[in-house]
Amino acid sequence: MTRMMKGTTPVRSADAQTEVELTVNGEVVRRIVSLRMLLSDFLRHELGLTGTHVGCEHGVCGCCTVLIDGKPGRSCLTLAVQANGYQIRTIESVASADGTLHPVQQAFKECHGLQCGYCTPGMVMNILGRFEEKEPLDLSDDGIRELLSGNLCRCTGYLNIIAAVRRAAELLGRTA
Amino acid sequence: MSTRTFGARIERNVDPKLLRGEGAFVDDIPLPDALHVAFLRSPHARARINSIDTKAAKANPGVVAVYTSDDIGALDIEMPLLIPHPSMTNPQTQRPLARGDVHYVGQTVAMVVAVDRYVAEDATALIEVDYTPLPVEMDMAKALSDGAPLVHATVPNNLAAHFVQTSGDPDGAFAAAEHVTKITVQVDRSTAAPMECRAVAARWEAVTGELTMWDGTQAPISVRGGLASVFGIDEDKVRVIAPDVGGGFGQKVLLFYPDELLVPMAAMQLGRPVKYIEDRRENFIGSSQERTQIHTIELAALKSGEVIGLRDFFLHDTGAFIPYGIAVAQVASTSIAGPYRIPNIFVEFKAVYTPTVQVTPYRGCGRPQACFALERAMDQLAQELGLDRFEIRRRNLIADHQFPYAREGLLFADGLKVTLDSGQYARALAMAATELGAEDFATVQAKALSEGRYLGLGLACYVEGTGLGPYEGGHVKIHPITGKVYVNTGLSTQGQGHDTVFAQIVADQLGVSPQDVIVVEGDTKAFDWGVATFASRAAVVSGNAIHKTAITVRNKVLQAAANMLDIDVESIELRDSAAWVKGSNRFVPLAAIATASNPLRYAFNKAAQAATQFAPSSKHDGPPLAEGEVPGLEATDYYSPSQSTWAYGVHAAIVEVDPGLCTVKIRKYVCIHDCGNMINPMLVEGQVMGGIAQGIGGALYERLDYQADGNLANASLMDFLVPYATEIPDVSILHLETPSPLNPLGVKGVGEAGCIAVGAVVASGVEDALRPFGALKFRQVPLSPTMIADALEQVRH
Repeated sequence: MTRMMKGTTPVRSADAQTEVELTVNGEVVRRIVSLRMLLSDFLRHELGLTGTHVGCEHGVCGCCTVLIDGKPGRSCLTLAVQANGYQIRTIESVASADGTLHPVQQAFKECHGLQCGYCTPGMVMNILGRFEEKEPLDLSDDGIRELLSGNLCRCTGYLNIIAAVRRAAELLGRTA
Repeated sequence: MSTRTFGARIERNVDPKLLRGEGAFVDDIPLPDALHVAFLRSPHARARINSIDTKAAKANPGVVAVYTSDDIGALDIEMPLLIPHPSMTNPQTQRPLARGDVHYVGQTVAMVVAVDRYVAEDATALIEVDYTPLPVEMDMAKALSDGAPLVHATVPNNLAAHFVQTSGDPDGAFAAAEHVTKITVQVDRSTAAPMECRAVAARWEAVTGELTMWDGTQAPISVRGGLASVFGIDEDKVRVIAPDVGGGFGQKVLLFYPDELLVPMAAMQLGRPVKYIEDRRENFIGSSQERTQIHTIELAALKSGEVIGLRDFFLHDTGAFIPYGIAVAQVASTSIAGPYRIPNIFVEFKAVYTPTVQVTPYRGCGRPQACFALERAMDQLAQELGLDRFEIRRRNLIADHQFPYAREGLLFADGLKVTLDSGQYARALAMAATELGAEDFATVQAKALSEGRYLGLGLACYVEGTGLGPYEGGHVKIHPITGKVYVNTGLSTQGQGHDTVFAQIVADQLGVSPQDVIVVEGDTKAFDWGVATFASRAAVVSGNAIHKTAITVRNKVLQAAANMLDIDVESIELRDSAAWVKGSNRFVPLAAIATASNPLRYAFNKAAQAATQFAPSSKHDGPPLAEGEVPGLEATDYYSPSQSTWAYGVHAAIVEVDPGLCTVKIRKYVCIHDCGNMINPMLVEGQVMGGIAQGIGGALYERLDYQADGNLANASLMDFLVPYATEIPDVSILHLETPSPLNPLGVKGVGEAGCIAVGAVVASGVEDALRPFGALKFRQVPLSPTMIADALEQVRH
């Protein structure tokens, strides 16, 4: 196979760019980004936080869920520039620095609430967001199903994820 | 750890990494300076390409290269026909980029490589293609008729394959029948929709001449072989890595998808890493689909309900190409008699080209269709003979003493005669009836009806040929430094938990904790003998290979430990990562045994000191490594199954239909399942439940909506309805464990089981629920509210 060496002029996108400043997992980050860069791509490819996954890019599957000022949001439907000035939390911030799992993560492990693990970070961030909102939680079967109703999982059939939410509530001492 | 871990509910080794967001899926692999690919895809189901103008696309800032079929040199070929079969006439496979004609909406026409995906997508819109659209026929039956528009000009009547199999004397059986029932049923097109779409990244190292490809594939070793062959590079210089893969369900077992050839080609030509990350729309219009079959099945029965003969004719939609051969249709045709004795079978199919995405196996692979046809026919037969649906099945199930039960004349997808190896079918049926409360159901149903609620009972049995050959391997090595055990096999994993179940198998032999067994697969540099993950075969084929290998290593450990402890082998036991003299506290750790089994020159740590040539412990006659010996505690072995293992099960449900809204709610769902000995029941249940959820999708929601012009109207997760948690009911899964006599572990596969029966169960239940309105027929899945409304409309007029 012949290799074609490219010329010396670097090939660049002509996209308009701007600077953003936001807080990601407690750290202030400043970057020049293309105006149309998605927050999911910014997190994954600019910051290397690849735990946030992208499953559909149209806001249906929930794989890309992160916390935006504490509330679960779709990073695939958010532009990086829209996140300017916001606090973003991703899955990488959930376990302790020594790797000890957060109770929500621990519950997923105990209940076999994940298989391929692709939807898992989005699931965990959504559940974590809801647990941290301090609003009353509906931990009935229907309530938990409703809580999970923005996240698709193709492997588990959900029942073990429902069990994991219940177990996480137990580990966190939440009854409602 | 001395307790047996085989059979235990052990949490998965892989979970902490995935839960912390530290998984490494293809798009997570850091490849600095990588270029990104986007494809221009055909907007027409059939068209002639008159010209392609890439000038504007090439001029777009940030674009590095644009390729059409004229620019890809030796890759402008028809891609491999993976599974040849004589039933196919003139089999058609796709080219990486269309040349001359396009055959479905979504077919790759041109490839753009650019600095990022955004720019690459922009540039695809700047490519001008002049098409002459051609007529299409989407209906399979019409497509077979003379004069129908052709998917391939060279294939008359769109007939891709025609195959007949016969077992026993079906004509004689039908002549002797006291009652014959006949039914036509249909299963519609669906797709695996894994949460991670397909992804490929490639890096070419010009200095070493090595090509590395990260590919979210179920078949890395096969892909490696294919790449070496297509590019003319030594296998040793091609490394294929399937890292973490976000679900596969069969869709990721095909080779090649166009990107799997074009991405490494671009990396080699452009001297930079290149990535293609499929988006969701592309997954819908570019990656394999399955399911559409129309069966006309007849059962020849005695008045007693005993079925003595079966005839089935079906049309199988293979899409625009047939790279995987007739596998899906063949599995359907050989599963057509299910768990029933039915000694006389005639099964014929025609595979038809349609201008749609190619069809290759999706979890279930023809079994859901066969099950739907047979079980709907059994329900109809029961109705006509005035028998209970449980009873008619009970009268036909293969009895425990009849195993192995062979169907002479039916060849399964492994080319071997269908032989159901073992099971307790009648017990499974009885368990399902009990768990569901079938005996009291009539009362419950009547009471509900008096309250204006329509409850129905649904039921279906299934079998699943699993654990197909040809073979897989296992490599087991005890690390001298850590004493941890390193295990390899030639598969890749998409979430099944291989790393844990294989660890359990090894842990039991070597007396270590499963957490100390590191399983590495999906990397051709780690192990490169094997086939792929498909056909519910990992536990059976790789599991037994690893088991055999672990026993060899165990024997090596015992011998070495006996030498070190100066005692006979029988006095040694392995537990807690050490070899112990039974009944004493004398032991030697596995790490030390591994170190001592590896004669050393350099004392790089304390343990190593004991293994150097001047250490007292390694003194013996002859060279440090005796003739014929190998260093360390390590072995490689293989397992090649004599035939498939047949898992089976019974599903039953109570559904509620709202005749106003025409909605279906599953009130109770019961699954009795037998996959032989279970390595890890928690993971088995996970596999079964995941399959049931996919089955519910297929039964009620997931239908690819191809329009008359061949366009797919619902190519998004917004419109193709994969169930959320809100659609999945509680399910009770009960196990039987009938060990397979065919392999040392006594295991059968489980990956696909859950999805097989669900469509038949739901249709059966809905029909039962709406019986007060008359004899409504539900013979097609997914069973939509529209179908219920139409059926009710018919009886009301």
